[in-house]
Amino acid sequence: MNELLEKLIPNVLDYSERFFTSCTQTLQMFAIAGIFTFLFGMLFGVVLTVTKRGGIRENRVIYYIVEIFTNVFRSIPFIILLIFLIPFTRALVGTAIGVKGAVVPLIFGAVPFFTRQVETALANVDDGKIEAARSMGSGTFGLIFRIYLHEAVPELVRVTTITAISLIGLTTMAGAVGAGGIGSFAINYGQNLNHQDIVNVCVVILLVFVCVLQTLGNFFSKKTTNRELITRRKEL
Amino acid sequence: MAYIEFKDVKKIYRMGEVDIEALSGVDFEIEKGEFVVIAGASGAGKSTILNILGGMDNATSGEIIVDGNKISDYGARQLTTYRRYDIGFVFQFYNLVQNLTVVENVELATQICKNPLNIEDTVRAVGLGERMHNFPAQLSGGEQQRVAIARALAKNPKLLLCDEPTGALDYNTGKSILKLLQDTCREQGMTVIIITHNLALTDMGDRIIKVKSGKILSMEKNDNPLPIERIEW
Repeated sequence: MNELLEKLIPNVLDYSERFFTSCTQTLQMFAIAGIFTFLFGMLFGVVLTVTKRGGIRENRVIYYIVEIFTNVFRSIPFIILLIFLIPFTRALVGTAIGVKGAVVPLIFGAVPFFTRQVETALANVDDGKIEAARSMGSGTFGLIFRIYLHEAVPELVRVTTITAISLIGLTTMAGAVGAGGIGSFAINYGQNLNHQDIVNVCVVILLVFVCVLQTLGNFFSKKTTNRELITRRKEL
Repeated sequence: MAYIEFKDVKKIYRMGEVDIEALSGVDFEIEKGEFVVIAGASGAGKSTILNILGGMDNATSGEIIVDGNKISDYGARQLTTYRRYDIGFVFQFYNLVQNLTVVENVELATQICKNPLNIEDTVRAVGLGERMHNFPAQLSGGEQQRVAIARALAKNPKLLLCDEPTGALDYNTGKSILKLLQDTCREQGMTVIIITHNLALTDMGDRIIKVKSGKILSMEKNDNPLPIERIEW
């Protein structure tokens, strides 16, 4: 076994310690940025839905602030955003490199994306249900938690999966400017030292991450969709 | 003083630069326990009346009194409370939550109100005792409307407001829904108000309010309301 690996990926074995640290770093960045992205994206998505024109708590000022924030950060390419945010990151967490330094731009890069996705998911909730819940006397929070978020769960699981996968991509991009992780391992040890096997292994590892995320996402979205509804749709 | 009073109620919608007068001075009254039919063509202002009476919308001017309370003075928060405790709404397209079973849909309403009726009894009373744990997608249109009625009734409201409750149903199913509403009114003394564009239904009401172009065309009391079985259209 060892001989085979020695033949196939000699350089990865030489840098195996470095390689495992890189994997851990990527997972750390992914987990920390992921949690924040989920929280802020969900919050902003709900805020956009609730305050939009004709929403259950129409509020132009709040809507436009969130809308503009989302649009601005959505339109900056991530690699530019990374260097653009360096002073801000340094002021906020004390450093612009490493996992700590990468998390800040990762959040700024992923939150607007997730916000839009959440907004779309919530827009698919039937207005009639909102009207019905309103007629029952549900307040704003009742409508958000009991109807919007409840009805949109399968859709929210799907968009969370999409965002998680794109976040993996972003963490590797952050590797280009000193964040560490699999991205920088592939660039610094694979590409710069001309070790193609290192690049190949990085690709495989990322593929595994993405596959796991997608499988989890599919599983949960199926679990949360009303089963009777699926069978019914199949019959039709 | 009547149980429900509308006094010179106006509703103006602002659509950009244009003002659209949905109600131009509406007056009527309704007594407790009556079965009221509000009839009129599409766009006459029927739904606007129901939405204002149900606290879904504010009137632009005028006075609305329900059971001695001046609803027209309520703010958003008070209207939410009013809808929560006093009003049961039934919609044309049922508006059930697809991810919840029949019982859970009814629970959704009763969880937030003060003196709800027993959920299972209510579901049985609308004739769905066998379907309690089914999802809306497994029910026919008529059955879904029954769930919606159970959901509104379980809150034990003062008023049951129905916006074209048979609009999406076939003739016989529609009739059975109307019978359920009429029976609810007779047996429980519930004040039931239904909106329809079907003038044939006016014969079944204790009180008939005809609406045209945002005004009340006529309001009459009907001392001999027909049971729904005897109405054909």
